[in-house]
Amino acid sequence: MSVLRRTGQALLAPLLAVVIALVISALVMVAIGVDPFRALDVMVDFGDTPSQQVTAIIVVLNRAVPLFLAGLAVAVAFRMGLFNIGVEGQYRLATVLAAGAGAAVSLPGPVHVVFTIVVAMLVGAVWAGIVAVLKVTRGVSEVISSIMLNFIALGLASFLLTGPLRGSEPGASIITTKDIPESGWFPSLNGLLSALGLADPPRQLYGFLLVAIVVGVVVAVLLKRTRFGFDLRATGLSASAASASGVDAKRMVITTMLISGAVAGLIGLPDLLGSDHSYGTEFTSGLGFLGIAVALLGRNNPLGIAVAALLFAFLDRAAVPLQIAGIPSSVVTIIQGTIVLAVVIANEVARRFARRQAESGGAVHAATGGDGSSPGPDGGPPSGTGPALTNATGTAGRTDPTGSAS
Amino acid sequence: MSTAATTTSSKAPTRGPVTELFLGGGRGRRLTWILVGLLVLVSAVRVISGEQALTSSSTMAATLLLAVPLLLVALGGLFAERAGVVNIGLDGMMILGTWGAGFAGYQWGWQGAVLGGLVMGALGGLLHAVATVTFGVDHVISGVAINILAAGVVRFLSETLYVDNPAGGGVTQSPAMSSRPPTFSLPVLSSGPDLLGKLENQHWFLLSDLAGVLRGATNGVGVLTVIAVLLVPASYLLLWRTAFGLRLRSCGENPAAADSLGVPVYRLKYTAVIMSGALAGLGGVFLVFIANIYREGQTNGRGFIGLAALIFGNWRPGGLAAGAGLFGFADALQLRSRTAVVALLLLVAILLAAVAVVQASRRRFAQAITAAAFAAASLSAYLTVDELPEGIVSFTPHITTLLVLSLASQRLRMPKADGLVYRRGEH
Repeated sequence: MSVLRRTGQALLAPLLAVVIALVISALVMVAIGVDPFRALDVMVDFGDTPSQQVTAIIVVLNRAVPLFLAGLAVAVAFRMGLFNIGVEGQYRLATVLAAGAGAAVSLPGPVHVVFTIVVAMLVGAVWAGIVAVLKVTRGVSEVISSIMLNFIALGLASFLLTGPLRGSEPGASIITTKDIPESGWFPSLNGLLSALGLADPPRQLYGFLLVAIVVGVVVAVLLKRTRFGFDLRATGLSASAASASGVDAKRMVITTMLISGAVAGLIGLPDLLGSDHSYGTEFTSGLGFLGIAVALLGRNNPLGIAVAALLFAFLDRAAVPLQIAGIPSSVVTIIQGTIVLAVVIANEVARRFARRQAESGGAVHAATGGDGSSPGPDGGPPSGTGPALTNATGTAGRTDPTGSAS
Repeated sequence: MSTAATTTSSKAPTRGPVTELFLGGGRGRRLTWILVGLLVLVSAVRVISGEQALTSSSTMAATLLLAVPLLLVALGGLFAERAGVVNIGLDGMMILGTWGAGFAGYQWGWQGAVLGGLVMGALGGLLHAVATVTFGVDHVISGVAINILAAGVVRFLSETLYVDNPAGGGVTQSPAMSSRPPTFSLPVLSSGPDLLGKLENQHWFLLSDLAGVLRGATNGVGVLTVIAVLLVPASYLLLWRTAFGLRLRSCGENPAAADSLGVPVYRLKYTAVIMSGALAGLGGVFLVFIANIYREGQTNGRGFIGLAALIFGNWRPGGLAAGAGLFGFADALQLRSRTAVVALLLLVAILLAAVAVVQASRRRFAQAITAAAFAAASLSAYLTVDELPEGIVSFTPHITTLLVLSLASQRLRMPKADGLVYRRGEH
């Protein structure tokens, strides 16, 4: 029963947020004279023939894989209370270097693919590691340093693309790196589709989907079932409590950012190894920022992130059909933006609601044992040395009287 | 006689007349000396490297153009963060400001553009305030969400209002503004006979540099630049010399204590964040004034650099102005001349060598050796590199930010309750 109730509560906030966002978007559409139901109709219309429908599903899945990885990269850091806003730079730099490395070597099939993947993960990890080292040794806020490193990474990527790693002829309008040889391509899953008895469409389903699933499971196990994951989540919930119980905060920051960066390095690979085979000026951008949205929507939980990635991918796919139907395709971005904002607000309201319930349940206990007004015998001086750190622990102890009054 | 001598010597026992000249007289005099020293240094580097672009009036004018939007955004950040609300959404509010300026500008001229940018930016600020103050959402998360949302909103608005608009424009840009804002020049000195310009072209050590800087700062200055520069002392006076400012800052330092003294914390936070958005929007207006048109992606992440300038300036108006000036200069230099950026390496080498000497005299040898090593590295880079490629030069301001923050972040002090969600009665 309690499990059912808990999952119900966990799902309630995001679902409510999505509904609210859809209502707001519908109101916006009405305001500019577009019938929202017609827009919805266009968005869910996957085509008439089985081949068209399977193609549409593949487009959604192919888009969802990088979004899922991006969300995962952000979420790993988020769970520890670190904001890795630098995912965008990490994956762009990782992809351009992986494309260069993959094109430079010639290895037998699987080894070639693994080599490219390892290069991408290493680059992503190193780039995120800079943020961690600056935070730990110099006290630079990871928010600012990762934003600055985004710009630096984009500059470096454009330098590498136009300089050392350039593969296009001079004067080409779209500049790309050299193509990765066929031994380095990731096989598609279309064989699996026909084995399932579905129509074999012209579009390739990225084989990287399997890698993403494996990475998702590994991250989920790491967070939920290991000592490291426990330390990580504990630090995220209360840094002071975690360090009091013997967690090495500095090492945790560095390890977490390295993992987050390594996952971020994978984001560009589905497109790189599955269809493009080279990095160019037209390569998919903005996945890092969308990853933040996906992680928030999925509440930093791998399964939730998968659902959020599918939802965002579904919305992205709708952009082209909407354009064809004469409806502004930026409706999609509006829906995504309002979803994110509605989700963070809904999460916060739900959290506060849950806490108030827990408090009203525990109020009797507090009244019998607590001494009310005084901060407590073991609390030491009321205003501690670190206001930011003592805050989290101080809150729980002092809310009871006012909480019941309001 | 002897008592008088002992009292003066006890006041400044170790300072000789020279040290007294450089370090005495409080912050104002010291700041002046730092500025003079910097000008001499840059002037020397210009003479040695022969890079006239370093202090030319056109570079200085470009510096001013590029620094003012950062200055406005950083001032916006100052109001929000002094009230305890971290504002990562500044870039989004700036984007909204550019769109508002473009929309109002093509219909009602430059005065309309200013108003439009202010209003759109303030709306973004209002959204941030609702999320963070009323609903208690994490400040960084709300800011990121606003950045994502703003990009979508302006694209959507352009798509519905500019496509098929007889005045021009399209999905990514507005019609051109119907009037340009007025500009001012100083008569005689920088226009007309243009005495400063003549002096600058002599390329004399120090004098020409000073003339270049002055001419760049007084020739063809836009009305918004004047307002922005005046806003720096105005913000200082408002925040540090009025009751309103004291109350606003108390919300950023200790909101619970402020609340118990009857300060309306929520209302002040709302006011501060809305002002913050309006200032960021004004920064966007400035960008529209430069291009005479709204274009998508016009901010190019300037909201984030403004935020960095705020931190660089230790959450104070004068400091953030210096930060905005530094980033504006780095940006102007990389736009004007890619070879001049290489000359900056020489400047960095000299500064680091000075740091090494100071650290060695204080017997901090580890720091001294590190600084000396980096000084040698940048000197050798200056001697071997002729011209940096475009991709690398483009992030000069960002790497400057990162370097400065990693060197100075431990001396910075942000408002104590900055970024903490305040719920009345929960603290």
